[in-house]
Amino acid sequence: MLELRDVQVIFDGFRALDGVDLTVPEGELRFLIGPNGAGKTTLIDVITGLTRPAAGSVRFGGADLVGRKEHEIVRMGVGRTFQTSVVFEALTVIENLDLAATFRKPLWSLTRRRDGVSEAVEEALARTGLEELAERSAGVLSHGQRQWLEIGMLLAQRPKLLLLDEPVAGMSKDERERTGELLTEIADDHTVIVVEHDMDFLRRHASVVTVLHEGKVLVEGSVDEVSADPRVQEVYLGRRAGDAVGNRP
Amino acid sequence: MIRRHLPFATVAVIALVAAPLLLEPFRLGLLAKYLCYAIVALGIGLAWGKGGMLTLGQGVFFGLGGYSMAMYLKLTEAGGAGGGLPDFMVWSGVESLPALWVPFGNPVFALGMAVLGPMAIALILGTLVFRQRVRGAYFAILTQALAAAMVILLVGQQGLTGGTNGMTNFFELFGQDLAEDSTQRGLYLVVASVLGLLYLATRQLVNSRYGRLLVAVRDGEDRVRFLGYDPALVKTVTFAISAGMAGLAGALFVPVVGIISPALLGVVPSLELVVAVAVGGRHALAGAVLGAVVMGYAKTAFSEQFADGWLYLQGALFILVMTLAPKGIAGISRSIAGRLRHARAT
Repeated sequence: MLELRDVQVIFDGFRALDGVDLTVPEGELRFLIGPNGAGKTTLIDVITGLTRPAAGSVRFGGADLVGRKEHEIVRMGVGRTFQTSVVFEALTVIENLDLAATFRKPLWSLTRRRDGVSEAVEEALARTGLEELAERSAGVLSHGQRQWLEIGMLLAQRPKLLLLDEPVAGMSKDERERTGELLTEIADDHTVIVVEHDMDFLRRHASVVTVLHEGKVLVEGSVDEVSADPRVQEVYLGRRAGDAVGNRP
Repeated sequence: MIRRHLPFATVAVIALVAAPLLLEPFRLGLLAKYLCYAIVALGIGLAWGKGGMLTLGQGVFFGLGGYSMAMYLKLTEAGGAGGGLPDFMVWSGVESLPALWVPFGNPVFALGMAVLGPMAIALILGTLVFRQRVRGAYFAILTQALAAAMVILLVGQQGLTGGTNGMTNFFELFGQDLAEDSTQRGLYLVVASVLGLLYLATRQLVNSRYGRLLVAVRDGEDRVRFLGYDPALVKTVTFAISAGMAGLAGALFVPVVGIISPALLGVVPSLELVVAVAVGGRHALAGAVLGAVVMGYAKTAFSEQFADGWLYLQGALFILVMTLAPKGIAGISRSIAGRLRHARAT
């Protein structure tokens, strides 16, 4: 479904991505890990059109994504969240979701008032468990709730591919658990790529993991395979080879 | 339902019934002028308050509307497109009617241009600027430069535009004598009605999904892009709507006040309107309208007493509002209302 071939991104001479190949089949929940500066977020930026690659191709469902505008890529069914969640604080939770859900409507048809709650919004509310906060302003949400709202907004758009950039960063233990369940649930009927630092979270919820290092794909495989790989241990944990990935706090 | 519409209905009755009965013609004329400015302010409230586009050049659109109307009035006075020349052209030594002027002999064309001309320019400008992701202060400076350029253009084309003096001496509109009190009262009613209708339409727009989208673009343009919308399109359309309002206001202004000149649409008048919107409260449409009327009245009242003091007072008011009550009069009254409700509840 998603196919990256030999993607290169260069920022002022620095190779942020140096020939990345990545294939994510439909329906997969893929985790993307790697030390700081490995190019995880850059990879997401390339897929979503925020950064243009210097070379290489990005194909999604057969179409080339390189050179398309961000909103066009979203319209093709690729949704993303950001490391720092951005929800619209001046709007209520339900208005945030509704805004996300109506993006396919022509602009003139938006000049009508919202009439009730659409099915997509209802579903996103239920999945993220934000029903009780529906009419509250998004400005009053806690950090975790904001992240869920953002994931909800993504769901309301009914994308084919979801890209989540560190969805559990800064969350409490309970919130992480809840988010992990949410991700697994979403992965049932979507293709999902998650960038995550948190090893514990990875071990609990990941199936297939891609490790990036210095702009290249280092290893790809199951959590166990990846954590057993000596190269991963080396780049990820410094030279403490005895300390397996899975044991990182 | 009734509660929601009560404030608007009250203001509408005062404006349409009480004001024409109670105010002497001179004062009513002044009010009509302020209401013209209020129409521009409404557009600024939409573009700036809701859409985050600080436009410092609404005078350009106001002027385009005003000049369109003035050209029509001048041509009817000179005896139609086929007849004589407007007075200032004769003084400037122009011998035949410039081609640009000819279609403005038609009132439908002139009025259409007053609204569609500014909208078209805003659409072109918006497309160029917002697509390149120019925003914030850069956009503000650009619009201000446009206002300055417009004045230079108008002053430079003496034979075409009346130069620094602009155009004045309008005597009739659609066969009605502009000097008559009844005509002026009629004009006042037209201006007030147009403002009321535009206010309702704008409020509807702001409360629609489009309005929510506009606020979202204001608060997080990049995020909106990743929701699958094109923020440049949303901003361009909104900017064009506000330009159209300014144009219509300009067209109404000319028969009400009886003059249009570069001094009425340059950098300073454009800024004054933005200040008025800020004082009234840019986050509420009613605040923008109120700000324009209040500042208009204050300017007249104060200038009648101290000729030069107004500029200082205006500056001081702006600073006071920005530092102490950034939400303006509308914000203050809303927080008072909130406190009253709170007090009653406890």
